[in-house]
Amino acid sequence: MKENNKTYWKGIEQLTNDPEFVKNADREFPEFTSSSNGEEGPSRRDFLKLMGFSLAAASLAACEAPVRKAIPYVNKPVDISPSIPNYYASTFASGGDYASVVVKTREGRPIKVDGNELSPINGKGVSAIVEASVLSLYDKQRLAGPFINGEKSDWSSIDAEVKSKLAAAGTVKIVTNTILSPSTEKALAKFSESFGGAEVITYDPVSSYGITKASETVYGSAVLPTYRFDRAKVIVSFGADFLGTWISPIEFAKQYAKGRKITKEKPEMSRHYQFESNLSLTGSNADYRTPIKASASGLAVLALYNALAKKAGAITFNAAAVDVSNLDKAANELWANRGASLVVSGSNDPNVQVIVNAINDLLNNNGVTVDFSTPSYFRKGDDAKMNQFVTDLNAGRVGGVVFYNCNPVYDFVRGAEVASGIEKAKVSVATNGTMDETASLVQFVAPDHHYLESWNDFNPRKGEFSLAQPTISPLFDTRQAQESFLVWAGEETNYYDFLQENWRASLFAAQSETSDFQEFWDRSLFNGVYSLESTSSALTANGDASAAAAAVARTYKADNAGTELVVYTKIGIGNGTFANNPWLQEMSDPISKATWDNYLTVSQKWANENGLKMFEGATQKAKVTIGDKSIVVPVLVQPGQAIGTVGLALGYGRTKAGRVANGVGINAYELLSVNNGFVNFDVIEGVTVELTSDKYKIAQTQTHQTYMGRNFVVQESILPEYKENAFAGRYQPKIYKEGEFVKPSKISLWKGHQYSQHHWGLAIDMNSCIGCGACTVACQVENNVAVVGKQEVLNRREMAWIRIDRYYSSDAEVGDNDGLEIAAENPEVVFQPMMCQHCNNAPCETVCPVAATTHSSEGLNQMTYNRCIGTRYCANNCPYKVRRFNWFKYHDNKSFAAVNVAQNDDMGKMVLNPDVTVRARGVIEKCSMCVQRIQSGKLTAKKEGRKIQDGEINTACATACPTDAIVFGDMNDPNSKITATLKIQEETLSATKEVNEERAYHVLEEINVNPNVWYFTKIRNKDKSEA
Amino acid sequence: MSIKRSLLSVPLRISTLAMVFFLVLGAQAFGANPDVSDSEEAIAAGKSIFNANCKTCHKLDQKYTGPALRGVTDRRSIDWAKSFIRNSGALIASGDAQANAIYKEYNNLAMPNHEFLSDSDLDNLLSYIEYGDKEAAVADGGDGSSASSSTGGSGVPSEYLTIILAVLVVVLLLILIVLGLIISVLTKYLNSQKLDEEDQEFINQKFNFSKVLKSDAFVIIVTALVIALVAKTAIDGLYSVGIQQGYAPKQPIAFSHQLHAGQYEIECQYCHTGVELGKSANIPSANICMNCHTHIQNVGGKDGISPEIQKIYNAVDNNQPIEWVRIHNLPDLAYFNHAQHVAVGGIECQTCHGPIEEMEVVYQHSSLTMGWCIDCHRQTDINAAGNEYYDKLVQLHSDSKNALKVKDIGGLECAKCHY
Repeated sequence: MKENNKTYWKGIEQLTNDPEFVKNADREFPEFTSSSNGEEGPSRRDFLKLMGFSLAAASLAACEAPVRKAIPYVNKPVDISPSIPNYYASTFASGGDYASVVVKTREGRPIKVDGNELSPINGKGVSAIVEASVLSLYDKQRLAGPFINGEKSDWSSIDAEVKSKLAAAGTVKIVTNTILSPSTEKALAKFSESFGGAEVITYDPVSSYGITKASETVYGSAVLPTYRFDRAKVIVSFGADFLGTWISPIEFAKQYAKGRKITKEKPEMSRHYQFESNLSLTGSNADYRTPIKASASGLAVLALYNALAKKAGAITFNAAAVDVSNLDKAANELWANRGASLVVSGSNDPNVQVIVNAINDLLNNNGVTVDFSTPSYFRKGDDAKMNQFVTDLNAGRVGGVVFYNCNPVYDFVRGAEVASGIEKAKVSVATNGTMDETASLVQFVAPDHHYLESWNDFNPRKGEFSLAQPTISPLFDTRQAQESFLVWAGEETNYYDFLQENWRASLFAAQSETSDFQEFWDRSLFNGVYSLESTSSALTANGDASAAAAAVARTYKADNAGTELVVYTKIGIGNGTFANNPWLQEMSDPISKATWDNYLTVSQKWANENGLKMFEGATQKAKVTIGDKSIVVPVLVQPGQAIGTVGLALGYGRTKAGRVANGVGINAYELLSVNNGFVNFDVIEGVTVELTSDKYKIAQTQTHQTYMGRNFVVQESILPEYKENAFAGRYQPKIYKEGEFVKPSKISLWKGHQYSQHHWGLAIDMNSCIGCGACTVACQVENNVAVVGKQEVLNRREMAWIRIDRYYSSDAEVGDNDGLEIAAENPEVVFQPMMCQHCNNAPCETVCPVAATTHSSEGLNQMTYNRCIGTRYCANNCPYKVRRFNWFKYHDNKSFAAVNVAQNDDMGKMVLNPDVTVRARGVIEKCSMCVQRIQSGKLTAKKEGRKIQDGEINTACATACPTDAIVFGDMNDPNSKITATLKIQEETLSATKEVNEERAYHVLEEINVNPNVWYFTKIRNKDKSEA
Repeated sequence: MSIKRSLLSVPLRISTLAMVFFLVLGAQAFGANPDVSDSEEAIAAGKSIFNANCKTCHKLDQKYTGPALRGVTDRRSIDWAKSFIRNSGALIASGDAQANAIYKEYNNLAMPNHEFLSDSDLDNLLSYIEYGDKEAAVADGGDGSSASSSTGGSGVPSEYLTIILAVLVVVLLLILIVLGLIISVLTKYLNSQKLDEEDQEFINQKFNFSKVLKSDAFVIIVTALVIALVAKTAIDGLYSVGIQQGYAPKQPIAFSHQLHAGQYEIECQYCHTGVELGKSANIPSANICMNCHTHIQNVGGKDGISPEIQKIYNAVDNNQPIEWVRIHNLPDLAYFNHAQHVAVGGIECQTCHGPIEEMEVVYQHSSLTMGWCIDCHRQTDINAAGNEYYDKLVQLHSDSKNALKVKDIGGLECAKCHY
């Protein structure tokens, strides 16, 4: 076995072995002099006062128990039974971000959103944003009714005024983000018709205009293609973060993971090259990642084209030579895998996308891995039109403007001009659900329902349809925007009937399975999705790419000396629409592990040159100036950041999003501009960054736990090694006993548990885990995990039950700053989901003085909150650092009301899972392996008098995972998926199961705590010589 | 007369004829219809069908939500009765005069369909209606003495116990008196003898009460007893903090379980619909009350609308839910699921809720403490019969002499109730 000689590090602090870091690393609960509110500690007098009060309170409380009411329905709905959840198929869509979902409701309240297994697009997987979207339903920031000029009004007066004023306004324009709904488009068309053909202007905050424009140039229709990452053996991406934020990440992650799953029987996986400036989630999963400057990205694409064209004998284009490592290697492998490879680019420059199309054409990928004849509709934004609209608006050429659920004042690059232009229009209307940056400036706000209150249909891709249905009656006096449009257009019909009629006329008419429309409708609604068989013929490219190539050669530079700003989106906050959601704000970024902030990511080299030393989130601010615009942001040293570039995330700096998001971070949209007709997210000229002396603290979770120098927490290898030996990369500790070396599990002080019925376990494939963090939010929703806010995260008191540990690794020796630079230049990244390991020899159980944490007869490590007295011995004794302590009462506490919305205000509380206790102050909590789901699944089986079927019980994390990296099941069941995955052959009741899968390992196997969570080694598809 | 109408009238006439025929037959038989079997099995089978499907609205000898049923086979044809039970709506729609008359008599209240009942099921049902529970009906008419006589049925009757005890006490008293007499006789005798002074003193010593009171032993014993008593009271008192055993708050409607569950024997599940489904048993919603109370507007055969029943009507009319006071309050940290206990475990409601059918006002019967839960989990056998889920557990336990208890399959573990 080849031993792993890499150095793994969680952050720069650990890499440099900073003495302060080492000191803190020893402590599970570091002490801080500053408390959250800066008050002094309680005095003896306070203690006596409290004592007296509590005695009095206790004796008073003992006299009479409070009277509690039990209030039944007057007329119980047939399909709602208290305590029984109902599930409804629906669809999440925000602009072009799409997921077909199943909504869990309890007593008529939506409490959880999961993926819809029947969906051909996203399947059962979701993203963090989709998971968290259920909380936005209960956001108090939502408008409670229509507003006219900032005054609360009613629907009849707003209808009358909007109708008459719009009719007299002259040119009417409708501004919207991408609309995926055919019926909405139809309703808008009716509206537009009745106001003299009002033009619909579509833009997307994070635009893919480059791709649609290039598609129009090359194939004649402005659409996105359908990508098939699962069919590609070689994937090359130029800055496209397709696993994290690019276009349809859930779908792409699902496809990508299919190509990355390996077994001993099928040791094949796709190879992934990434050329990018910021270290993205996708880049951190790549086999070969090359940091490149944004200014050279177009040339790199062109160089790849030229290399392939040479092999194909096609014409090559003149361009400045760029030195990009791995590019030739990528070209060779792409060529060898013609028809089974895929090249994508995240650039919004249509010229670059034309070259990308030409590359895929050269490689015969068109119609296989990238399919323009089956268009996707996730992004329909037209940057040029929107740009023109802003100009028109400011010139007073727009009489009436209607904003359909979009917020261009905040999220369009010329937002300030939109803001100043709105008052120049005679009539301005918005259907936004909150008084956001745009809605607060218009005359009429006709708030739309939340998506969980709405009827709608969606057509995300040619031939694929889905429906959205209300899962709760409208909470406020809102009205579905489509209905508003129909009313203003003078239509009598409500949107539900309109929608049904639309389906009757189009989809029902096109099918022949049933002649009963009601049956067709009910089935489609039940499934949530409907697919229409359609034929399509491959498209051929028109003309050549020479014009585009010339433009690329002109715009991009091989030797740009200046600093370049690359603007990106984060997994949690995205384009900023859902910024007011505390679950997303506190979700730590998969790469930087930072919460509650955006920041300027800089390279270690830049930090060294500017004398910045970052330590555990303590950093300085920098002033970024582009032309006449400048901002001041904190700086974060990001390993893997391309030298000469800095990165900044969109979605922050909201001013009117609500209590949670206002004032968090800096708005990066303002720094961008529209150049050559498209929104440019890479600013390659005129950027200056100066470090200021302002100190700042970024709340990162990354350095809070360390594995104390045990380097075998992460076990990894490369594909050629794995093919030779399936144990490649495995650390197999042996312990000396009576003359021989044996596995640690053979030596134990304990007799060992026997599990007569179930033995629950998790198998986590680190090859499939892309680190997207959907599981962390899913866990938070399912288990009522508290949000603690930025200060408490800084105090290392975040409550997450499942975290994703991100380790950087590099071969370099780190002796000095130069060494540090090399190590941090382009590290490899590993993601490891970490939750309670449910040890069979659990160290926490033996140290609890009150037996509050015990072992169950099904292998679970149980945490009993009502017994816990808060000694925290268990957390100190946990080798995995997964036990979290409630330092405060986070529920019903004014100090946390602004961040912990789900446990503090009466609206937010509606999202709580009624089957899980909200924990009190002073107790430890941790992953329960979703014991409430296990109990409920067992009860269902018992009621039906049968055995549990594998798969009917699943944990929240495993359900949410878009890549199926987490498998949950009963290891006592010989037919379960987990038994097959782990290759458990012998049927035994013993807690110690003989696992025959070569890749499966326990973290810290040598201490023989014998967890019920197994990890699978990460295998990178790298060539041997370079490993 | 059109052809259609004449066709319709044919079955009508036939049924009228049949009715006349059966009435005549019935009169000849002086009572029960001879086509109805009076075998024990048929009656028993019919009883279970009756209890499952009919009992909520019908009684054998009493008019209830629906008519009293006994003698129905005399009044109607068997086929008519069967078709009415299967699908009364269809019969009414077909224009059947009798069916329509009943429908009108009972305020146009349709009887649910029972098309799932086979022909033999219906035969059994009719047997029960004809012959079943005759004595019970008679006893019901009495003052309920049958109920009290059945309670003390097992073991030694309690009256005997008291008598035995009384006799024992008398015997003991007699022994005491005899012993006292013996002592006085012996003292007299000894005094009459010549004894030395020491013996004299010993014989004639007086019982010194104050000396005993002041003795160390007495003080210690009494102090210990007092401390123990105070401690016990205090501990019991502390343990009862938050325990609402016996809690019987006044409810917004004076609903009587004694009347509904006791006298009318309405199944608990008829109103508490969730008890076999999930966690909550459900306080019935007003629409469930209205199933019967659309017709039953007063109690005890009085006219007008009872003020208590009026409250239901108000709730429904104003769409204002009835705010019952919750009696059984578990702390939020404990998870309890009715379905697990009732549907899976087969536990009777009364096991935890006490003699609910005798309660005029419901009170909390059990302490609902964790100790009480755990005790039951220690003692209760698993209801594993016919439930495949438990097969493996039963098989693994088959070596043991003791029955498979809840505690044997993890029923004492924390995370079964706390999560």
